[in-house]
Amino acid sequence: MDFTLTPDQEALRARVRTWLTAHIPEDWKKFGLSEVPRPEAYEFLRKWQKTLHDAGFIGLTWPKEYGGQGLTFVEEILLHEEMALAKAPPMLNILGVGMAGPTIIAYGTEEQKQRYPAKILSCEEIWCQGYSEPNSGSDLASLQTRAVKDGEYWVINGQKVWTSLAHVADYMMLLARTDPAAPKHKGITYFLLDMKLPGVTVKPLRQITGDAEFNEVFFDNVRVHESQVLGGVNNGWAVGLTTLMYERLALGFGLQVRLRITLQSLVDMAKRIEKNGRAITKDPVMRQKLAALWIDTEALKYTGARAVTKLLRGELPGPEASTGKMGWVETHQRLQELAMEIQGPYAMLARGADAAVDSGVWQYSFLRSRANSIEGGTTEIQKNIIGERVLGLPKG
Amino acid sequence: MDFGFNADQEMLRATARKFLENECTSEFVRARMAEDAGFTPEFWTKLAEQGWLGLVYPEAYGGAGLGFVDLTVLMEEMGRAVMPGPFFSTLLGGLAILEAGSDAQKKEWITKVAEGEARVTLAWTEPSARWDAAGITTAAKASAGGFTLSGTKLFVPDAHVAEALVVAARTREGKNADDGVSLFLVPKGTKGLSVKLLPTMDQTRKLCEVKLNDVSVPAGALLGQKDGGWAPLARVLERATVALCAEMCGGAQKVLDMTTEYAKIRIAFGKPIGSYQGVKHKAADMLVDVENAKSLTYYAAWAVDENVPEAALAASMAKAYTSDAFRKVSGAGIQLHGGIGFTWEHDLHLYFKRAKSSEATFGDATYHRERVAQLISL
Ligand SMILES: Cc1cc2nc3c(=O)[nH]c(=O)nc-3n(C[C@H](O)[C@H](O)[C@H](O)COP(=O)(O)OP(=O)(O)OC[C@H]3O[C@@H](n4cnc5c(N)ncnc54)[C@H](O)[C@@H]3O)c2cc1C
Ligand SMILES: Cc1cc2nc3c(=O)[nH]c(=O)nc-3n(C[C@H](O)[C@H](O)[C@H](O)COP(=O)(O)OP(=O)(O)OC[C@H]3O[C@@H](n4cnc5c(N)ncnc54)[C@H](O)[C@@H]3O)c2cc1C
Repeated sequence: MDFTLTPDQEALRARVRTWLTAHIPEDWKKFGLSEVPRPEAYEFLRKWQKTLHDAGFIGLTWPKEYGGQGLTFVEEILLHEEMALAKAPPMLNILGVGMAGPTIIAYGTEEQKQRYPAKILSCEEIWCQGYSEPNSGSDLASLQTRAVKDGEYWVINGQKVWTSLAHVADYMMLLARTDPAAPKHKGITYFLLDMKLPGVTVKPLRQITGDAEFNEVFFDNVRVHESQVLGGVNNGWAVGLTTLMYERLALGFGLQVRLRITLQSLVDMAKRIEKNGRAITKDPVMRQKLAALWIDTEALKYTGARAVTKLLRGELPGPEASTGKMGWVETHQRLQELAMEIQGPYAMLARGADAAVDSGVWQYSFLRSRANSIEGGTTEIQKNIIGERVLGLPKG
Repeated sequence: MDFGFNADQEMLRATARKFLENECTSEFVRARMAEDAGFTPEFWTKLAEQGWLGLVYPEAYGGAGLGFVDLTVLMEEMGRAVMPGPFFSTLLGGLAILEAGSDAQKKEWITKVAEGEARVTLAWTEPSARWDAAGITTAAKASAGGFTLSGTKLFVPDAHVAEALVVAARTREGKNADDGVSLFLVPKGTKGLSVKLLPTMDQTRKLCEVKLNDVSVPAGALLGQKDGGWAPLARVLERATVALCAEMCGGAQKVLDMTTEYAKIRIAFGKPIGSYQGVKHKAADMLVDVENAKSLTYYAAWAVDENVPEAALAASMAKAYTSDAFRKVSGAGIQLHGGIGFTWEHDLHLYFKRAKSSEATFGDATYHRERVAQLISL
């Protein structure tokens, strides 16, 4: 067991830290420091990611030949830690960097690998994930969007829903059914879909936060060239699951590190706010709740570190890898609820109210956190997966 | 960064598991529960032969010179087997001598401990049940050529089978409670020392009341600095807390294993109960608890081994989380077994009771969360 960093890693940490201090734009503050990209900040965030990319701070674990740095997950974690510490703006093309890119590098043809990953990192092309449909969410393999072969093209018809960022995306990771006769997992193909193709219609959906962050996407005879198939026809389920694995790994680290920083902000707020004449942090019940969150957050971090260690050693991640998403969700939602509790009646005030705490950013993140146990696989589905794949319990 | 066990540690785990599966069966545990001693001399000799009684002590004192990460592995396996007996109490006593004792005291006592010739325990808590220095009110008055100790110690593990006790007593009323605590090595049979074995809910853990009625000890019984005993004691407690957490993790993992195995074979309504989400999701929650408890415990073991500044915080985080986790997991284990889990015959209650006694040892989750709050400057 060894938690020390190599001199190179220490140097990277120092370099990132110095760079961030110098480069986080002043006007970031006016967007309210939200950890989730909010629509009014999209253009700002696009530029920010380009800046990060030009400095070589994106795609650290990707191979050099596809625009990455060929480093390990340790460097990736360091970077996320420093970004979170510096309260740096979030990455706009997170689905591209966290999911599409790694999947293309894993399954793509050489042509595809030359064409897409680099532009994902630089944020020249934003990606969205077209998996969920009105009648297929948790039961993703039942998806109905059809792709029918016509010469060199596949003709797509159907609908996706809850598609985050589709309204600004250039490309979509699209799962569509190419063989309706096959068993449901076997007839699906993964397409790299150009969102500008004729027949693609995007309709934003407003969320409980008031923002329109996700969308409905309709396909009306959209013609996609066969070179846009990723990982082989009817092999989309395996490719799509790889994406989800990367989602859990790559996005997971960043989220957990950020949780720790959000917690620090929460503690700072609790120290500022008084209740019955003393700081909230001096209230014994609140101390218990804050300490419990602190401990749970640390537990997630170290459980993550155990999973990363297995990866670094070239072993398959064990049970500790599967619990991360669920644990993060539970802890983050509890944190956001505690943020509201700490604010007392101020919890009712939102952005725009002069008296709102921290300009109302907590109200937004509290509401946004409700999605955490749904997006990226619901908590119930995570528990099924842990029960069946990790513990070996029989399917229902 | 590498947050995992090395090949030697994995080997230690495999050896310990095999040894305990053979030597510390359910029948063995139950027989020890029913007796006062809680161990057999043969079993103790075997632990010594394995080198486990001296695992964390320097080779100069007959130990194996290994660290707390290694001990974590061993304790996990002992927890898995709900191993009864004075192993943990002797670790407490031994660590106290190691931390505070003179070279001569260590040569004498640690060597005996490592060889299995002596068991020592730590008598520090009192009827006030406080975990801080203020809880130490047993008096130690300077007398001709030594000290006279008077007071009552409670919750002392295995004092009835220990060759010596490390007793924490107050040699002076200092400016604060930490100041004025001293440690004494009191051999069994010393005049005025009486030990009473108490019935315990967790029968695998024997606890005693120790009365010191004007117990005279020579000056040489003092371990370390007079009045300066709290610092080494606190360090012992911090490290022993981590070892206890490891034992708890091992117990929790075993309950999870028993429960998942049972859920695969127990049929209700025509299907294995593990196929019902009421059972499956609870099992998943158990896994999360167990894995997170391990992560915090492993980190704390590393932290105390390396003596990093956040070791105290790490130990308290581990104890807070693991106390809740083991209680929840062992309770859920009983629940998911249905009626059979409520029987004396089934081993689950051994873990459920061990979870409770461990939770209440060295401060429960609420106590350690408050400590965490202090350590992170809330
Ligand atoms: C903010 C947000 C952003 C999203 N972004 C995207 C995106 O970019 N791309 C994309 O493809 N999708 C996206 N999604 C969709 C998300 O992946 C789905 O909402 C999710 O998979 C659940 O599907 P569903 O909404 O159809 O719910 P359903 O599958 O209908 O589930 C309803 C409820 O039933 C439970 N349930 C379902 N099956 C089981 C079962 N077998 N056992 C126990 N309980 C069960 C679920 O857990 C849930 O509580 C997003 C969702 C949100 C909220
Ligand atoms: C102290 C005590 C006194 C008792 N006294 C009596 C008595 O006087 N008379 C009498 O007849 N019985 C008595 N019982 C038996 C009691 O009713 C049963 O233990 C209980 O019905 C559970 O049955 P089981 O033990 O066979 O567990 P199982 O049915 O095997 O259940 C094991 C686990 O699986 C879960 N499970 C089972 N099926 C499902 C499902 N479909 N969905 C989700 N989860 C499921 C259960 O909730 C449980 O957690 C007593 C039990 C106890 C503990």
